[in-house]
Amino acid sequence: MLIKTRKSYDISSAEITPERLYLSRRQFIKGAAALSATALIAAACSPVADNAPRGRAATTGTEGQTPGAILATTDELGDPLTDYQAIVSYNNYYEFSIEKEGVAPLAQNFVTSPWQVEVYGLVRNPGVYDIDDLRTRFDQEERVYRLRCVEAWSMVIPWVGFPLHKLLDQVEPLAEATHVRFETLYDPQQMPGQRRRSFNWPYVEGLRLDEARHDLTLLATGIYGKPLLPQNGAPVRLVVPWKYGFKSIKSIVKIELVNYQPVSLWMAAAPNEYGFYANVNPSVPHPRWSQASERRIGEWGRRDTLLFNGYEAQVAALYAGQDLRRDF
Amino acid sequence: MFSSSSFTRLFVHTGALLSLALLLWHASSRQLGADPIREATLRTGKAALVLLLLSLSVTPLHLLSGWKQVIPLRKTLGLYAFGYAALHLFIFVYVDYGLVWFRIRAALLGNTYVLVGLAAFLILLPLALTSNRWAMRRLGKNWKRLHRWVYLAAILAIVHYFWLVKNVYTQPALFAALLALLLMLRLPMLRPLLSRFRQRSRQVRKAR
Repeated sequence: MLIKTRKSYDISSAEITPERLYLSRRQFIKGAAALSATALIAAACSPVADNAPRGRAATTGTEGQTPGAILATTDELGDPLTDYQAIVSYNNYYEFSIEKEGVAPLAQNFVTSPWQVEVYGLVRNPGVYDIDDLRTRFDQEERVYRLRCVEAWSMVIPWVGFPLHKLLDQVEPLAEATHVRFETLYDPQQMPGQRRRSFNWPYVEGLRLDEARHDLTLLATGIYGKPLLPQNGAPVRLVVPWKYGFKSIKSIVKIELVNYQPVSLWMAAAPNEYGFYANVNPSVPHPRWSQASERRIGEWGRRDTLLFNGYEAQVAALYAGQDLRRDF
Repeated sequence: MFSSSSFTRLFVHTGALLSLALLLWHASSRQLGADPIREATLRTGKAALVLLLLSLSVTPLHLLSGWKQVIPLRKTLGLYAFGYAALHLFIFVYVDYGLVWFRIRAALLGNTYVLVGLAAFLILLPLALTSNRWAMRRLGKNWKRLHRWVYLAAILAIVHYFWLVKNVYTQPALFAALLALLLMLRLPMLRPLLSRFRQRSRQVRKAR
């Protein structure tokens, strides 16, 4: 029997720049000039938007903020990036608000510096990493990923960050470590939603170690070429693009290597609705709604949801032999 | 001269149409946020539910106050509730799902909140169609029996609301509590209590 294991020196297919993207670099350089002109026009127009009642820009605290420089304009399937304004104003972050458009205003003054991430548990080299450390010690790269929310909407987001396996390699998980457990900051002073008793705060998520080591699994520190904004999970968050959005835990303070399957916040809140795996799967419905289609933010109408959110080629092997209905 | 009842009617029509006017204004000026279809769906759904509960509060209000002029509002509010429910369904089927049948079928299949909402709408439909004198005369005694189904429609509408929410149940719970109260006030054993309350308050007023 042939057992294929991934060697650390193997370049994953996800790391190879697709030809389309490579070619689009040229286009990007041309586009960059146009972009700066557009930014000027946008800046000239922004006072109008600010005066508009219930204007988006006036409430998000992102007045005058435009996305930073980005390399890509589409994902690898050719779909355009979601509008920056939508990404920074439409957020599921219950620690601040259960209203998606209420998160950004409440998160504005969230303190993300100083910030430390403790990596501990079943590791040879536990450590406390400063956020600046994470930004400088690991090469930051841009990754364009689809984000599919369990509520059946989706975005295409250019993240900036580094694959989690680079951090794991530094701390060296022990042989008995099987899973990674992540925890969000617990600070009800700053996060008013944590005073709500509907959930068992802080937010907890988990991955199997092989999922955590997959090259697609990203620790994101930025978005659209800029540092993350609080509403998007600043200063550092997980991005697991083939799983529903809630797996991609925000504002991480703890990463623990463990030898059990962690119970996430959503699993604890509704065990029959949210499983540990939460892989995007159009044929496994949520008990109360279908997952067969989704609404891409910025588009009219719907599109079919793809198995593993379109990353089947890269991740299906992780679940070989597993019943995806049972392990939802 | 405005009678108090025509003033109430004007007030009810304005209130009921306000949500639609706001929706159209916000839609035309792109103020429905990042996911306008979702926002429009939520708004019309909530408007339908609020109006349905208001319609259901007319009878208890009449029993408590004795005001006769509120009774015609039950029909007006009920029809507006149906109107918003129809708009809600239209947005779902046409704007959101673009009439693509296989996607709609997937959304309906299984134990989903969509199915419960559809059931509520299918109950409201014949009630709306028979909200006229002609149908009342034709149906006779059965008219009242038919229209009692509105209670089930309201319960289903609230289940529909509960099932789409992710774990923070404050709002649907408020609606559910209100509906429970409105339904309880209709129980035959509570009715005499209500009219006794009305008479007593009238006597108190006269004594002053």
